Amino acid sequence: MPVHNHQQPDQMLPNGTPVETSSPASSSSLLNRLQLDDEPNSETRDLFVTVDDPKKHVSAMETFITYRVSTKTTRNEFDLPEYTVRRRYQDFDWLRSKLEESQPTHLIPPLPEKFVVKGVVDRFSEDFVETRRKALDKFLKRIADHPVLSFNDHFNVFLTVKDLNPYKKQGLAFITKMGESVKYVTGGYKLRSRPVEFAAMGDYLDMFSQKLGTIDRIAQRIVKEQAEYLVELREYGPIYSSWSAIEEELNKPLNGVSNCVGSCCITLDDLSEDMSEDFLPVLREYVLYIESMKNVLRKRDQVQAEYEAKLETAAYKKEEKQGTPTNVEKCQDRVECFNADLKADWDRWQSNKRQDFRQLLMGMADKNIQYYEKCLAAWESVIPLLQEKLEVKSESHS
Amino acid sequence: MADRVGLDEDEVSVGINPAPGPDPEPEAETRPEAGPDISDVKSTIMEDKTCLSKKMEINVSEAEKRTGKNAMNMQEIYTVYLIETRPQDSQNDEDSSAPDSLWRRYSEFELLRNYLVVTYPCIVVPPLPEKRAEFVWHKLSADNMDPDFVERRRIGLENFLLRVASHSTLSCDPIFYLFLTQESGWKEAANETGFQAKIESTASVKPGIHKDLKVDSRLKALNATFRVKNPDQRFMELKHYGDELQSIISHLLRVRARVADRLYGVYKVHGNYGRVFSEWSAIEKEMGDGLQSAGHHMDVYAASIDDILEEEEHYADQLKEYLFFAEALRSVCRKHELQQYDLEMAALDLTSKKQQREELATGTVRTFSLKGMTSKLFGQETPEQREAKLNVLEEQIADGEELVKAKNLECDDFIKDAWADIERFKEQKNNDLKEALISYAVMQISMCKKSGNPQQRTLWRSDESLRATFGFLHKWNKTAFCDGKVLMLEAQLRIENDADSMSSLVQRAFRKIEFV
Repeated sequence: MPVHNHQQPDQMLPNGTPVETSSPASSSSLLNRLQLDDEPNSETRDLFVTVDDPKKHVSAMETFITYRVSTKTTRNEFDLPEYTVRRRYQDFDWLRSKLEESQPTHLIPPLPEKFVVKGVVDRFSEDFVETRRKALDKFLKRIADHPVLSFNDHFNVFLTVKDLNPYKKQGLAFITKMGESVKYVTGGYKLRSRPVEFAAMGDYLDMFSQKLGTIDRIAQRIVKEQAEYLVELREYGPIYSSWSAIEEELNKPLNGVSNCVGSCCITLDDLSEDMSEDFLPVLREYVLYIESMKNVLRKRDQVQAEYEAKLETAAYKKEEKQGTPTNVEKCQDRVECFNADLKADWDRWQSNKRQDFRQLLMGMADKNIQYYEKCLAAWESVIPLLQEKLEVKSESHS
Repeated sequence: MADRVGLDEDEVSVGINPAPGPDPEPEAETRPEAGPDISDVKSTIMEDKTCLSKKMEINVSEAEKRTGKNAMNMQEIYTVYLIETRPQDSQNDEDSSAPDSLWRRYSEFELLRNYLVVTYPCIVVPPLPEKRAEFVWHKLSADNMDPDFVERRRIGLENFLLRVASHSTLSCDPIFYLFLTQESGWKEAANETGFQAKIESTASVKPGIHKDLKVDSRLKALNATFRVKNPDQRFMELKHYGDELQSIISHLLRVRARVADRLYGVYKVHGNYGRVFSEWSAIEKEMGDGLQSAGHHMDVYAASIDDILEEEEHYADQLKEYLFFAEALRSVCRKHELQQYDLEMAALDLTSKKQQREELATGTVRTFSLKGMTSKLFGQETPEQREAKLNVLEEQIADGEELVKAKNLECDDFIKDAWADIERFKEQKNNDLKEALISYAVMQISMCKKSGNPQQRTLWRSDESLRATFGFLHKWNKTAFCDGKVLMLEAQLRIENDADSMSSLVQRAFRKIEFV
C-alpha cells in the first residue's frame, strides 16, 4: 500500500516552478509544530509505540539482547488495536535501511551505534543495554510521530509481525512510488543552482558535523585525563590511612580523610562511565545521522539536476502531447515532492536535534553537579571528626 | 613523670597567619560560599606568658633581590627578607611608631637554627622552610628565584620566627634577640658562643630533609661496633615514629603533587569546550544563547583551577613543616642515644678500671690480659711499681665515679627536659595538623561549590521557557494572538534570556501548565 503525501502548491520557487510545501511561514503553524514536539497532543495521535523489557538470549551460535516493542493504535492500516513483538538490534537496523530505501526524500531518525569495541564496552552490561533501549525507543517514537514514515509498510510489518525473518529475507517490494522513481534517478547531471535553503542546510550540516567531531575529541580527552587523575587519587587516599595508624589523637580524622578521598574516587569513576556511555554515543550517532542526511540532500540535487537537464532538452524538441504526462513533468513532480518532504522533515529534524542536545548537555551538567555534590558531602563529613576533642587525653608514659 | 613547666594553664591561642592565601577572584556568575576563608584559619601556638612573642610583634614582611659576591668571589643574586619588630604594647594605632627592621638572608636563618639546635639539644627546634623547592608539580617552579617560591618562603620564615618566639625556652635566648634586632655583629656574637665546635660532637643539625641522613661519625661507629644497651624506650619509640612520619608525609606530598598535576589537566581540557561551544552557537538559531553561556561557563571552570591549586600549596607547606619537624624530633632522640652511649662508655670504663685495681691488689689475673702475660713472661713488677699503679688507678676510679655520676645526672636531666618539650610538641602537632586538615577540607568544599554550580543547568531555561510559552499561548488562545504579538514576546524573551523576567501574564500561564 504505497502512501504518498501530496499537498496543494501555494508557493513558488524562485525560478517560477510551483513548490509544494507543508511548512507555511505563519506563526500559528510554528506553534503547531512546537507543540507537536513538546507535548504530543493525545487528541490527534493515533499510534503509540514503546520499547522496553530487554532480555538476554543465549544460543549455541551467539548471545544477543531482544527488546519488547509494544504498539497501541486506532489506525485502519493496522488489523488489531494492540501488538507486542520482540525485536533485536539487527531488526531495527533492517527497518532503518528499508525506510531509507523506500522513503529517500525523508530524513530517517538515527539509531544508536551499531558497533561497539569489544573489551572496552560490555555489550551486556545493564547500563549499556539501558542506554541502547532508550535510543531505540526514541527512534521508533520519532517514526511513529512522522506523518509520512509512520504509514510506511516496513514500519507496519516491524511493529506487527511475530517473526520478522521471512520478511527480511524476501526483501519486500514495499517501495513507494516516490521511492521507486527516486531510486532510478540517474546521476551525472550537473546541478545549475541549488536553492538557497538547501544550500544552507548542506552548509549547516557540514559545520555542525565538524563541531560534533571536535566535541567528541574533547570529551574523549577529558575521559582520559579523568582516568589518570583517578589513578593518582587512588594512591593518595590510602596514605592517610597509613598515617592514621601511627597517630593517636589524629587517628579518626585521618581515617576520615582517607575514606572521603575513597568516596570521591568512586564518584569520579561513575562520572567517567556516564560520559563514555551516555554522552559519547549520542555524539557519534548524530555524526552518522548527518552523513545520511547529506546523502538525502545529494539525492535531491540529483533529482533537480535531472529535471533541469530534461527541461532544457525538451525546450529544443517539441514533444508535448496533450493529456499524457511527459518525462519532464514527471521530473518536475519528483523535484517538487522531494523538496516539500525534505523541508518538512528538516524543521522536524531541527526540533528533534534541539531536544536531543538540550537533553544531552543538561544531562551532563546534571551528572557533573551530582559529582560535586557528592564530593562536597564527603568532605563536609570529615570536618566534625577534626573538631572533636578527645574526652580523655592520653597519659604521658610513666 | 616529667613536669611540664606551667604550660597547660598559661596556654593562649595566638593568631599567627602561616598561610594567607590570595582571595579567589569573584566571578561574574558565582560567589564562593561564605565558609571559613582560608586567610582566617589560624594555627594555635602554645605560649607561655613570658615568651618573647607576647612582648614583641614579629613580621617577615618583604623580600628583595640583592646582588653581591659569594665566598668564591663570584657574582651571585640572592634574596633578603625584611624582619620587622615592634613592641607589643604599642596599642595606639594612630601613633604607632615605625617598626624596627633589618634584612636577613636565608643562610643567616640557617645559622641561627644551627645555633639553637646545638645550644638546646633537648628542644625540638622548629624547622625552616625548605632550602630547595621539592615535591613540585609541573606548573610550580623549582626555581628559588621564582616569586611564588619566595613568597611562600617568606611566610615560612615568619612562621619559624614566631614559633621560636613562642617557645618558653628558645624565646629567651640572647642570640635570637640579637638576630631580630641587631643587623650587624649578630653573626660574630653567635660564633663567639663556640657552638660551631659542638656541631662535630652532636648529631647533624642541618634543617630540611635529606634523603641520605647525615649521621655523626661517632654514631656510625656506634652502630657498627657497640649498641646503646639501655636507651630510654620512649625515645626509641619516638624515633621510630619520627621515621614513619617522615616517610608517610613525603609519600603524601609526592602523590599530592601528582594529583594536582592531573587535576590541572582535567580542568584545562574542559576549557577547550569553551571555544567549540561558542563556534557552535554561531550556527544555531534557537540554541545559540544556551550554547554561548555553556561555553562561557566552561572557560570560567577551566580558569578556576589556578586559584584552587595555589591555595592547596599552603596545605602542602603545612605538611612540609611537619615533615621537617619529624627530623628535629629524630635529632633529639639521637642526642639522647649519644648521651646514653657516653654514660654507658663511662660506666664500662669504670668497671674495667675497678677490675684492674682488684687484680693488681690481689695479684690474681682473672681475665686474660696482655699485661698478665707479659708479667708472667718477663717477671712481675716490683712492689713499688705496683703501689704507684694502684694509686693512679684509685685516682682514675675516683674520677670515673664522679664522671659516671655526672653523666647519669646529665642523662636524667636531658630525658626529663626533652620529654617535657616533646609532650609540648605532640600537642602542638595535633592541633596544627587538625587545623591544616580542616582548612584543606574547607578548600575542597569551596572548590566543589564553585565547580558544581547548579547555574550551569539553568542556562538552558531560556530556550525551554520560550518554547513552553509558545506551547502555552497556543493552547490558551489560538485566535487571540496575531503574528506580531507572538514575535514581540519571542524577542522579549530572547533579550532578557531569563525565565524570571517574563511578564506576569506568562508567569501565571507557566504555573497553570506546570512547566518547571
